[in-house]
Amino acid sequence: MALSHLAASASRSSSLLKPLSSALSLRRPISGDNSPLTVETSVPFTSHQCEAPSCSVETNPKELLTFFRDMALMRRMEIAADSLYKAKLIRGFCHLYDGQEAVAVGMEAAITKKDCIITAYRDHCTFVSRGGTLLEVFAELMGRQAGCSKGKGGSMHFYKKDSNFYGGHGIVGAQVPLGCGLAFAQKYSKDETVTFALYGDGAANQGQLFEALNISALWDLPAILVCENNHYGMGTAEWRAAKSPAYYKRGDYVPGLKVDGMDALAVKQACKFAKEHALKNGPIILEMDTYRYHGHSMSDPGSTYRTRDEISGVRQERDPIERIRKLILSHDLATEKELKDVEKEVRKEVDDAIAQAKESPMPEPSELFTNVYAKGLGVESFGADRKEVRATLP
Amino acid sequence: MGFRNIIGRRLGLGLVRRRKPFSTATCDGDGNGNAKSINLYSAINQALHIALETDNRAFVFGEDVSFGGVFRCTTGLADRFGKARVFNTPLCEQGIVGFGIGLAAMGNRAIAEIQFADYIYPAFDQIVNEAAKFRYRSGNQFNCGGLTIRAPYGAVGHGGHYHSQSPEAFFCHVPGIKVVIPRSPRQAKGLLLSCIRDPNPVVFFEPKWLYRLAVEEVPEHDYMLPLSEAEVIRQGSDITLVGWGAQLSVMEQACNEAEKDGISCELIDLKTLLPWDKETVEASVRKTGRVLISHEAPVTGGFGAEISASIVERCFLRLEAPVARVCGLDTPFPLVFEPFYMPTKNKILDAIKATVNY
Repeated sequence: MALSHLAASASRSSSLLKPLSSALSLRRPISGDNSPLTVETSVPFTSHQCEAPSCSVETNPKELLTFFRDMALMRRMEIAADSLYKAKLIRGFCHLYDGQEAVAVGMEAAITKKDCIITAYRDHCTFVSRGGTLLEVFAELMGRQAGCSKGKGGSMHFYKKDSNFYGGHGIVGAQVPLGCGLAFAQKYSKDETVTFALYGDGAANQGQLFEALNISALWDLPAILVCENNHYGMGTAEWRAAKSPAYYKRGDYVPGLKVDGMDALAVKQACKFAKEHALKNGPIILEMDTYRYHGHSMSDPGSTYRTRDEISGVRQERDPIERIRKLILSHDLATEKELKDVEKEVRKEVDDAIAQAKESPMPEPSELFTNVYAKGLGVESFGADRKEVRATLP
Repeated sequence: MGFRNIIGRRLGLGLVRRRKPFSTATCDGDGNGNAKSINLYSAINQALHIALETDNRAFVFGEDVSFGGVFRCTTGLADRFGKARVFNTPLCEQGIVGFGIGLAAMGNRAIAEIQFADYIYPAFDQIVNEAAKFRYRSGNQFNCGGLTIRAPYGAVGHGGHYHSQSPEAFFCHVPGIKVVIPRSPRQAKGLLLSCIRDPNPVVFFEPKWLYRLAVEEVPEHDYMLPLSEAEVIRQGSDITLVGWGAQLSVMEQACNEAEKDGISCELIDLKTLLPWDKETVEASVRKTGRVLISHEAPVTGGFGAEISASIVERCFLRLEAPVARVCGLDTPFPLVFEPFYMPTKNKILDAIKATVNY
């Protein structure tokens, strides 16, 4: 990653901190400081119908360390979910996000919890970046009561109302018109917030996306459509499904920006730019050029339609966590050991959360009938063998 | 041995009885040709191979069908018939079906695959408004009879909300299309070939739970099974049970249990839901006086309601007990609660006894 010279204060404080930590040999709390740091993104933005933002991203050591920790947590969480699935503790479908963490983390850094995010089924990390806890994640994956959707949703249906995370949708592309509806409500309430509607390269070919784009552009809605382009729609490469894989240009009259989605800072810059744009001028498309290491879901090995060389190549050259690690080390914001300690800490957190989640019970059988409607219908339903007490739909 | 063979053929027993020596279907080329033991997805694969072989204007398309499909139903087709006839579509169900209607309107056999029946809803408008009414509104100038839409449906044990639905009832409400659901590999091959060659648009739901699980002797040659003919797959005298697809094996287990209690059950596989064979069901109800319908889809507004209303209309005075329906609950198809939601053998058995002892 191209380095720029440090701001004077940053180098001073980091050199002050280093001898302190080695003298006390304590694990320095990785909080860093807020002194500004400017980093150049390595891949420039490509724009369509708008001016691209600058490649110089404002950040600070604290933010970089937070990025590192959060992405390491997400990575560890997804790997742990993989093992749990193979141990049959997680059943059904499980779509893992490892490789794409920079998008979740970078986006969150640019916005507030009042802005809405809505995404498809690859939602574990987005949920965490919106403030979800590991316990809620693992409990929901295993279908337990402590899960964020009370165990009734599963992997594809994570939601968090208090931080405006609207989930978690199974049908491809269906969440995008919903996102535009959220944006309309935000515009109506005049609260200067925006909605990020995320979808994949497979969903980019759905008709409802274009319907949503047209509506957003017509009514100037603060909707930001983010295409997380990991180049494969399940097993189909983008060039085999789309005449034009330049998804950021698909909006035609709607401006677009192509972003290196493996670079958390570039994502942050783009989202910040997009939010400002959307509040003034209406919808914009962001195409995040990213990659997933796992297959489409746990039933997909991920190696029948792409070579192992490709996967390991991306892991070596573009891995988002490694990039931040290199950046932190080259700017002397932390030592390698400290970063390794963070990873160990994170691993422990994940293991603890799993242990806790395993103790959470399955939902009560009566939960089968709750929340079908808002109020009771008085409809009777029976238990498994008709010998149980009749339940009335609450 | 000969007598048993005749009985066997009349009974048309399905997959649960595969240990018995007689054949299963009522009117295929039995006795002729080799039969091999294969599973449901292989049977469907064979049917598709034959369909493309015998008609060079037949096409197979859908998401991921080229490499064989997520359930392997389309294996080998692209290699054998080429990419111009077997091809992948982008992720757009509405587009797939609309495109299929157009292709069929030009006189071709368009075999469209919707990857899971849960995803068929974006295409619902195309099916209901375009496909079903094309012949009617053009005064028979045009039609899309060559269109067949295949979709895996039904519970699979861990599918959750969007990989387990049974949407057949929505489509049975549309005059102009046919809805067909096979119960076993042998049935699937014959019925699918009939659907493809039928001059009306057909929606063919395949029970995904049975793709690997159901194994049966399936003749290797080209054969068709008639549409709109229900089959009595088990003779009985006390109660008639009506079902389709994967649910039949559950019902058969319930029938076996009921037999131990001295209740003789007649089991009918509807096979075609629209237009359905009222005569066979009615004849059976006139014999037994009781009927029970079972399906995985939620009970309210499910296809069982149509069967119930029709039977009551036609056989009111003969009925000894109210028509029983043992179906899925009126909730979205749940995730962890699937065992509670499903119409299980015990629920059916309970209902059989309640109906017989009414």
